[in-house]
Amino acid sequence: MQQIFLFLYRLRAFILFLILELLALGIIFTHNSPQGAVYFNSSNKFTGRLLSSKNNFVSYFTLYSTNKALAEKNASLLNRLDRMTPVADSAYFALDSTLSNNYNFWSARVINNSINLSQNFITLDKGKVDGVVEGMGVFNEQGIIGRVKGTSNHFSSVISLLHTDLLISSKIKATEVFGSIKWDGINSSEAKLLYVPRHVMVEPGQEIVTSGYNAVFPEGIPVGKVKEVSYGNETNYLDITISLGADFSKLNFVYLVKNDLREEMDSLEIEMVNPNQ
Amino acid sequence: MTTVNLLKYSFSFCLYFLIQVFILKDLVLFGYSFCFLYVFFLLSLPHEVPTISLLLIGFFLGLFIDMFYDSFGIHAASTVFLAFLRNSWIKAIIPTGGYDDNVPPTLLNMGLAWYILYCLPLILIHHLIFFYIDSLGTDLYLPLVIRVFSSMAFTFLLGAIVQAIFYKKERVV
Repeated sequence: MQQIFLFLYRLRAFILFLILELLALGIIFTHNSPQGAVYFNSSNKFTGRLLSSKNNFVSYFTLYSTNKALAEKNASLLNRLDRMTPVADSAYFALDSTLSNNYNFWSARVINNSINLSQNFITLDKGKVDGVVEGMGVFNEQGIIGRVKGTSNHFSSVISLLHTDLLISSKIKATEVFGSIKWDGINSSEAKLLYVPRHVMVEPGQEIVTSGYNAVFPEGIPVGKVKEVSYGNETNYLDITISLGADFSKLNFVYLVKNDLREEMDSLEIEMVNPNQ
Repeated sequence: MTTVNLLKYSFSFCLYFLIQVFILKDLVLFGYSFCFLYVFFLLSLPHEVPTISLLLIGFFLGLFIDMFYDSFGIHAASTVFLAFLRNSWIKAIIPTGGYDDNVPPTLLNMGLAWYILYCLPLILIHHLIFFYIDSLGTDLYLPLVIRVFSSMAFTFLLGAIVQAIFYKKERVV
């Protein structure tokens, strides 16, 4: 017995090494599962505070480009508002009232961001207290950014579009052909459009927008433009490279969107797939 | 370890950590070359520090860095590996005449040739594990190799500069 303890004692460094290494790997793999814990990321209180004060300082350097982008967004919104405001003296019926107020929007500020790894995450300065919940879509005036993965009281952590596991349902605006956007891990300004059949005519320069099928993003939010089309190794699908609209290296202010009808939509779809439940 | 040394190393732990997460995190050359300067904190601890302490220090250092990088344990896993190998590697490359007591393995104490032999393989293993785990979602090997080697060069270069400027020579010749 003593021999065994002596043996274990001599191996203590190796045993501790194994324990710590397994613990670290455990954290890595639990986090990569969809239900993973979010304790060790930058949306916890301590890290969030520090990052947000750093961002307070650094954001002054990008004020000009941020203001310019916001002004452009304002202008385009004013244009749309003008078109959609009903004429005052005519009888007005909101015909699609079932769909109105379907989506709610928030604005938030990016306080932490990375673009160079294969699994990039973004931290925002809004959390549960502000109404942010898991699964909300994130975009800015240039294009979509990602999806909320976890929230703490005042911060939330977002899976960036530059994460090799995130798929976003999108379509080609001109032809209404849909596919999924996925980042291939190479270039932070490019992504792939998957599952577009070979017979579809796709031309460089065509706009890609969100399809609205997965109920995370409303329909029609810009994603990017087709850059290159080729017949890849896949037998059934085209190999389409798109250049992303959003410049991930300069994220500052973003919008969050929540679909109030998402749960209803999801549960209906689940019922259809598994009628017995 | 004396109290003065303990304070000194705690201070340098905080400094390495803050510089890593607030400055070097945003500094990535050409989109490939990362600088994980914080590994030099582990590398410059005295060689009398037992592996057990190194492992624990490495684990928590990695975990703190992970919180800011949003990399969830990847830094911790690779830093623990480095901490585990460090003492054995120091023993393996013992120079003629052995090590002096109370002389930490830094650039000015040990000389450039020994220091390169000491640091580069350990940094290489650390970076290899880090970028390999990070790239598990993809099937790309060329970017992985470029990242590992360019980051190794960047980390070592900056580390050596920091060593030359901020670490005193303690060896009595």
